[in-house]
Amino acid sequence: MHEFGIANSVLDAARAEAQLRPSMRLTKIAVRVGDLAGVDPDALSFCFEALVKETDWELVVLEIERPAQRRRCLHCGSEFVVTNHNTACPACGEALTTFLSGNELELAYLEMEDL
Amino acid sequence: MNRVPLERKVLSENDRIAAELRNRFSEHNILCLNLVSSPGAGKTALLARTLEAFPRDQRVAVLTGDIQTDNDAVRLARFGFPVKQITTGGTCHLDARMIEKALSDWRLEHLDLLFIENVGNLVCPSSYDLGEAAKIVVLSVAEGEEKPLKYPAMFHRSELLILNKIDLLPYVPFNLAKAHQNAQMVHPGIETIEVSCVTGEGLQQWQRWLEARLEASRGSFAAT
Repeated sequence: MHEFGIANSVLDAARAEAQLRPSMRLTKIAVRVGDLAGVDPDALSFCFEALVKETDWELVVLEIERPAQRRRCLHCGSEFVVTNHNTACPACGEALTTFLSGNELELAYLEMEDL
Repeated sequence: MNRVPLERKVLSENDRIAAELRNRFSEHNILCLNLVSSPGAGKTALLARTLEAFPRDQRVAVLTGDIQTDNDAVRLARFGFPVKQITTGGTCHLDARMIEKALSDWRLEHLDLLFIENVGNLVCPSSYDLGEAAKIVVLSVAEGEEKPLKYPAMFHRSELLILNKIDLLPYVPFNLAKAHQNAQMVHPGIETIEVSCVTGEGLQQWQRWLEARLEASRGSFAAT
């Protein structure tokens, strides 16, 4: 359960950005949590809501994008999305495949409106 | 409505400190290994057997993380090498700042090898870079062969899988072939060593792995 720390880091980063734009109000924070990030999106939402409750940011929406794990086959070169943790190539069956993406834990963007 | 792109890592502050630590380790030619596992898989036992086998002049030290108690540091200190306990007081993982703080009064020029024993937890420690050269995941046969599938992030990020407590194989319903297959599914090519810290089986192979890594890190530092 490290999602509180993660949610806090998200808020810290958003706060730093918001301070640069004092004439605007924050409405949404979008983060990207890959399948392999080791972060549970429901727990992250729960922690985020607990942290903003009864603050100026109570209405700020946390949007969580969930990029799947992508791999490339070392035999036939095809790129594919991993389902059920099966990393073998769906095209040719080759077991040796390399990791491309899917462990992101990133701040994507903020949405702000003029006050 | 204005959209402000950020495109940066959530844990960028942790990653910044971890990058500094990694630089310091490489300046001093230190191989830093981060041991992760669920509670009770045998990280401390593996470290005890490892330290026990080292010559007295081995330049090795251990940072061991726990939520409470200094039991592990006490268990490991008897081998005579520097050991420091990091008590997180509730936090379920170590982060780079804790490592930086713990190292603040150690002279790194006296070390070749630093083990970090993370808090027992197969989820949270996977998100935090500690500046290590490699994560090593310890899985005991008492836990079940499906663990790599249940905790893919940790197995994906680990370079080596130590399958511990193989002396218990006759007594527990653990499918060894399936465990290997599951580990390869989430991390194709992951190296695996089977050991028992009770009988000592497999420990030589682990020591050879360590020696090869120490050799490689010295070589790579010398080349740069």
